[in-house]
Amino acid sequence: MGRLIYLDNNATTQMAPEVIKAISEAEPVVYGNASSMHSFGREASRLVENARSNIAGLLQCNADEITFTSGASEANNTVFMIARSLIEKRGGGRIVTTTIEHPSIIETVSYLRKCGIQVDQVPVYADGRIKLDELEKLMGKDVVLVSVMTGNNETGAIQPVAEASRIAHSYGALFHTDATQAIGKIKVSCKEWKLDYLSCSGHKFYGPKGVGILFARKGAPFMPFVHGGEQEHGRRAGTYNTISIYGTGVAAKLAMENVEEENRRLWKMREALREGILAKVPHVVVNGCQDHEFCLPGTLDVSFENVEGESILLMLDMNGIAVSTGSACATGSLEPSYVLLAGGLDVELAHGSIRFSFGRFNTMEDVEYVLEVLPPIIEKLRAISTR
Amino acid sequence: MDSFMAQWVYTDTVKDHFMNPRNIWKKDENWEPDAVGEVGSLACGDQMRVGIKVADDKITDIRWLTYGCASAIASTSMMSELVKGMDLEKAYNITPDMITDALGGLPEHKFHCSVLGDKALRAAIDDYLEKNGRDNPYKKSVAKILCECKGVTDQMIEHLVATDQAKTLEDLQRITGFGTGCGRCKARIAHEFEEMKHIHGK
Repeated sequence: MGRLIYLDNNATTQMAPEVIKAISEAEPVVYGNASSMHSFGREASRLVENARSNIAGLLQCNADEITFTSGASEANNTVFMIARSLIEKRGGGRIVTTTIEHPSIIETVSYLRKCGIQVDQVPVYADGRIKLDELEKLMGKDVVLVSVMTGNNETGAIQPVAEASRIAHSYGALFHTDATQAIGKIKVSCKEWKLDYLSCSGHKFYGPKGVGILFARKGAPFMPFVHGGEQEHGRRAGTYNTISIYGTGVAAKLAMENVEEENRRLWKMREALREGILAKVPHVVVNGCQDHEFCLPGTLDVSFENVEGESILLMLDMNGIAVSTGSACATGSLEPSYVLLAGGLDVELAHGSIRFSFGRFNTMEDVEYVLEVLPPIIEKLRAISTR
Repeated sequence: MDSFMAQWVYTDTVKDHFMNPRNIWKKDENWEPDAVGEVGSLACGDQMRVGIKVADDKITDIRWLTYGCASAIASTSMMSELVKGMDLEKAYNITPDMITDALGGLPEHKFHCSVLGDKALRAAIDDYLEKNGRDNPYKKSVAKILCECKGVTDQMIEHLVATDQAKTLEDLQRITGFGTGCGRCKARIAHEFEEMKHIHGK
């Protein structure tokens, strides 16, 4: 016992040693308010701007197009509230997004609908990728904003962002992508994809928690979501989370340098686990897209027939393996993962889904250990299952 | 590992019953029950089957199978321990609360997962009495769950109909939320609703 394996990197990641080193060196000495004019403030501001420039490099945009928020959820909310303001100002308009977005978009959509704003959602194929022709059908001159995530947190399905962006622009709509899961795993480019907005957060790519990044193209409409200060040129009020922003910048630099190698390494482990599970455990369905080009390299979502996901999760947890599940029971709701259901997966299979998500600190030994521990757990739970 | 385990949302008793479930109905055991009860569905995320042996109106032995989460597995296991040797009437009146108490509590949002164990047991006792051509004297003291997901019982529906709170099926859905989980209860509840309206002359 005693072995701990973290396979929940899509939930959050362990900070990189380089990040820990940088922030622990800065933390005791840089404590000024980055908005202050004196030397303490200027030193803090220097760290924030250093991060902004690193992140601009990673996302292929200009530094002054980056706004720091509390997280990707706030960045997503900000973009949808900008769209709301535009719709209200114009006295009409629509938002188009997908059925598989993160809750910070899905729940915002429910809220906006309650406020009387029309939002349409593009469905997905069984492989978890959106139906572009359905997006095309939903488009019209009245659409103000189109939002399509870059890579899905559960299935790992990489979305056709560049194409969706082109479609949105051909109707004069703004385009946003939530790239939270994709950063550091695939190349993300604001310039190449002609994005108007992008959201992400540092803690998914080995940075500290509590820092969100919102890219807004120069000239794209902007309204602050958090009011009350002149920080970020009036775009987002609140004292700078200086040290964490600085750490996020260090993580961004690493992500930019390592993305290709990280992609290859994660995919290798993910594939070894997928093949191992299929060889060792009968009655398994692998969810999402299995094509390297269209799948986040570290994400593997598997459904085990006739076993409930939370039970699997907890038995793995007992053995020191951390994963997540799309089962209803784990969330306390009665509905299993809407992402898996959106792809047409049976409700029963969604209840039995487990997501393994790899990261920088996983090794092939981790895969071997999971393949040792997992099969008997499934066997044990199936032996006490009604089916 | 100890501090890691300590962060579990479940009590040690739940953990124990989850990891070492008692009275499992092993498929190769050839255990022959006198009666069987089954409730829940895979679509709902939990399903239970309970088999009992009865002598002199006492449950002499019990076996079960559960498709479900840790709470559901632990609840059925605990229920099976509680009712062994119990007379039928007492066993029929066992409640989810009694099971959760014996487990040292469940997280609030997991309570739903514990409501099936006792229902499955009651279904098995119903089956036993029916097989023996006997009346069921315990039945009317116990409400029957019709919507597993939202915990809507026949008695709730009767009350809402009788007091004119639910004049239409839509009213009933708005108040109870039935059919918004797995949706499998819809036909059952519509039937029950019509029957209650008939009984109460609405």
